[in-house]
Amino acid sequence: MIYDTIPEGTPLNGKVPGGPIEKKWQNHKASIKLVSPANKKKYTVLVVGSGLAGASAAASLGEMGYNVKVFCIHDSPRRAHSIAAQGGINAAKNYQNDNDSVWRLFSDTVKGGDFRAREGNVYRLAELSMAIIDQCVAQGVPFAREYGGFLANRSFGGALVSRTFYARGQTGQQLLLGAYGSMMRQVNTGKVQILPKREMLDLVVSEGKAKGIVVRNLETGQIESHSGHAVIVATGGYSNLYFLSTNAKNSNASAIWRCHRRGAYFANPCFAQIHPTCIPVHGDYQSKLTLMSESLRNDGRVWVPKAKDDKRAPNEIPEEERDYFLERRYPTYGNLVPRDVASRNAKMVCDEGRGVGDTKRAVYLDLSDSMKKFGLKYIEEQYGNLFEMYQRITGEDPYSVPVMKIYPALHYTMGGLWVDYNLMSNIPGLFVLGEANFSDHGANRLGASALMQGLCDGYFVIPYTIGDYLAQTGAGKLSVEGTEFKQAEQEIQESIQKLVGKKGKKTVLELHRELGLLMWNQVGMGRNQNSLRTALDTIPQLQKEYQENLIVSGDANHWNKDLECALRLWDYMELAELLSLDALHRAESCGGHFREESQTEEGEALRQDEKFQYVAAWEYQGQGKTPVLHKEPLEFEYIKPIKRSYK
Amino acid sequence: MKNCNFKILVWRQKGPQEAGKMVPYTVHDISPDMSFLEMMDILNEDIIKKGEDPIAIDSDCREGICGTCGLIIQGIAHGTRQKTCTCQIYMRDFKDGETITVEPFRSSAFPIIKDLVVNRSSMDRIIAKGGYVSNNIGGAPDANAMPVSKEIAELSLDASSCIGCGACVASCPNSSAALFTGAKISQYAYLPQGAPDRKKRVLEMVEQMDKEGFGNCSNHGECEAVCPQGIKILHIAKMRREFVKAALL
Repeated sequence: MIYDTIPEGTPLNGKVPGGPIEKKWQNHKASIKLVSPANKKKYTVLVVGSGLAGASAAASLGEMGYNVKVFCIHDSPRRAHSIAAQGGINAAKNYQNDNDSVWRLFSDTVKGGDFRAREGNVYRLAELSMAIIDQCVAQGVPFAREYGGFLANRSFGGALVSRTFYARGQTGQQLLLGAYGSMMRQVNTGKVQILPKREMLDLVVSEGKAKGIVVRNLETGQIESHSGHAVIVATGGYSNLYFLSTNAKNSNASAIWRCHRRGAYFANPCFAQIHPTCIPVHGDYQSKLTLMSESLRNDGRVWVPKAKDDKRAPNEIPEEERDYFLERRYPTYGNLVPRDVASRNAKMVCDEGRGVGDTKRAVYLDLSDSMKKFGLKYIEEQYGNLFEMYQRITGEDPYSVPVMKIYPALHYTMGGLWVDYNLMSNIPGLFVLGEANFSDHGANRLGASALMQGLCDGYFVIPYTIGDYLAQTGAGKLSVEGTEFKQAEQEIQESIQKLVGKKGKKTVLELHRELGLLMWNQVGMGRNQNSLRTALDTIPQLQKEYQENLIVSGDANHWNKDLECALRLWDYMELAELLSLDALHRAESCGGHFREESQTEEGEALRQDEKFQYVAAWEYQGQGKTPVLHKEPLEFEYIKPIKRSYK
Repeated sequence: MKNCNFKILVWRQKGPQEAGKMVPYTVHDISPDMSFLEMMDILNEDIIKKGEDPIAIDSDCREGICGTCGLIIQGIAHGTRQKTCTCQIYMRDFKDGETITVEPFRSSAFPIIKDLVVNRSSMDRIIAKGGYVSNNIGGAPDANAMPVSKEIAELSLDASSCIGCGACVASCPNSSAALFTGAKISQYAYLPQGAPDRKKRVLEMVEQMDKEGFGNCSNHGECEAVCPQGIKILHIAKMRREFVKAALL
């Protein structure tokens, strides 16, 4: 791919409504079209993905009377990866009387995203955050409570108020089970149909509109076409292209990538979040990384020894020989700086040779002080399940020595398919929700905001905005007989036939590991022009290896995990190229994207607003061809871009 | 700790209708810090390189919360370590040279798809009958309008922490889904939000449980012993009380 000259296309318009920011959503809702209750049953909506965004959208649309088909890759929709979110969900309820407000959540999120998100979208998210909590409580989600019976809150990184609602370390699970329950209620009424074990392999676009999808049944290998009046893609992020990430093993990028290949723009792919509190890598065979909720940073202090190569056990290192580097560098936020800042600082001290553990790629997270101050019972209540998890994985007991080793890991991707204010992509009829879209978190997502966005999109945005589209297009007859469907099916069959029985030397897992390592080393926490060029020059070699030397077992007509993974791996490889290209073109540091050439004297990220205050949305031009860049300029009318400082 | 070798006896079954059998494999140079599923990954890599059909096995989050994985290891659902999911078993728990048996979760309500993978959609169908509060989205009152005591909220959360893995069913001599169903009924029975549709919920969920071919509970208690979330059989007792109240009162 040619990466020195990038063709530029027409600028994009996010279609954020006019008027004062507090009135935008209200005015927009008043102006968009409705589908009458009697007509809703004439429409079918396809929902791909059953996590928080997909399940909440399916439940809402089913209740409203639309016919909904939900596709998920798991054996049950309840297993989507939202279930693994631990820490919590933000809402501007101000229940703690600590001066929180919609405005403050809005401004924290815009600032936390390092001024690379759309103001209008972020304000709407903050505004709707409160209704999400009301909704979830009404559903019977057992949030943590105070003795008086009111809801409890805790603090999270990047905020100076306590606005995070939680259910032990299982907030994602409880919220997902709430949304899943609501969706299953619609299954019972017949409005929602679940098609499990289906992987979306293509989007069908006809007459310029999204008309359906083609999926593969993972149990039988059958290729199926489904048509609908609109398609909602809510398939999550693409962290797994790095092989080692905290994402579940089956989370993948194929659905969004294949939409991209059919013309949907991919926005800000280089904005990936690296989470600071993960259990460090411990061997070459490792299959995934495990995150521990950043809520631990509420009571834990992060440090490394002041001296290089200090081999003493942590409790043998006296206080004056420890460097609490986050507290030292950021006295205001201390251990609660946002994720990108905490991760980068951990990398920095390890690069200086002060990392701990066998690999020297870890820092300490120390809960000794809190344990002394609040007692064992408090720690057990707050973090019991995290301590158990740490012990199971590492074999070390944090209750006896409450000092854990942590290191950053790939966790979440802020980039995704480009959408407008209605959450519709540039392909009419294709809506993208949750982590799969790019919209609300800018260059860095704040903790406890992913659950908020997923549910906001599904419960309170799409039920309104999809009606506007459907009312205008009408409920035409559905069919999967068109040439576009047949062509898409045929292309998939051919690509599968090319793969099965491939008798090379390298397994899918080995090649994925290679791609992941390349991306982590060259396009990870720190990126520079040379490393990005190395990535862009090396990925085609890996693609060649894929085409010439891959081994794929089994056949296409049965359960075949190896084939599933092989199909996903090719999409990762193409996406890895785009991600690297985006990172190369964005010669500034912002949020999770740290370009080493663009930093302050103190080593903080340095934005270049005059050059890069825009969303970079890429248009696919074919494999190996340089994509076309469409810019959506970002305007900050309410929160003036300042240097993000947590000092 | 040094690296170890193991003999692995795995249930292989090509499809739902075909006969299955235990097949022996060996794995070498396994680090004790490796997870059980990582060891299985390595075994499958060996099989793929030999040009044979790898063992079908499913897992996803690999941190014990999604409920996808689930194997009978050494005859016990999720292995011998208590309150632990299959994906959280580590090889340091096994002795060098040990023979490890690996089988799928068995139940007539969980048909085998291939090798170690079973179809657990019967559990979704139980939830569809009442595992929710029957209100539409929108119009919810302020979240603090209905206080719930901390103790009650915690009890409800104990019940709703079920991950839907099916270990309770697989380990029950009757293949009963009473713990799974009871936990969901209990979650809402504790909470004021669950009150309006309380009777309907228990009657319809229990009816569906019977339709799916799950057996009855005879208080064996194995379900609680193997549950990775430590869910207690008191929820079965609660389900029964709810059922009696709903059926008779």
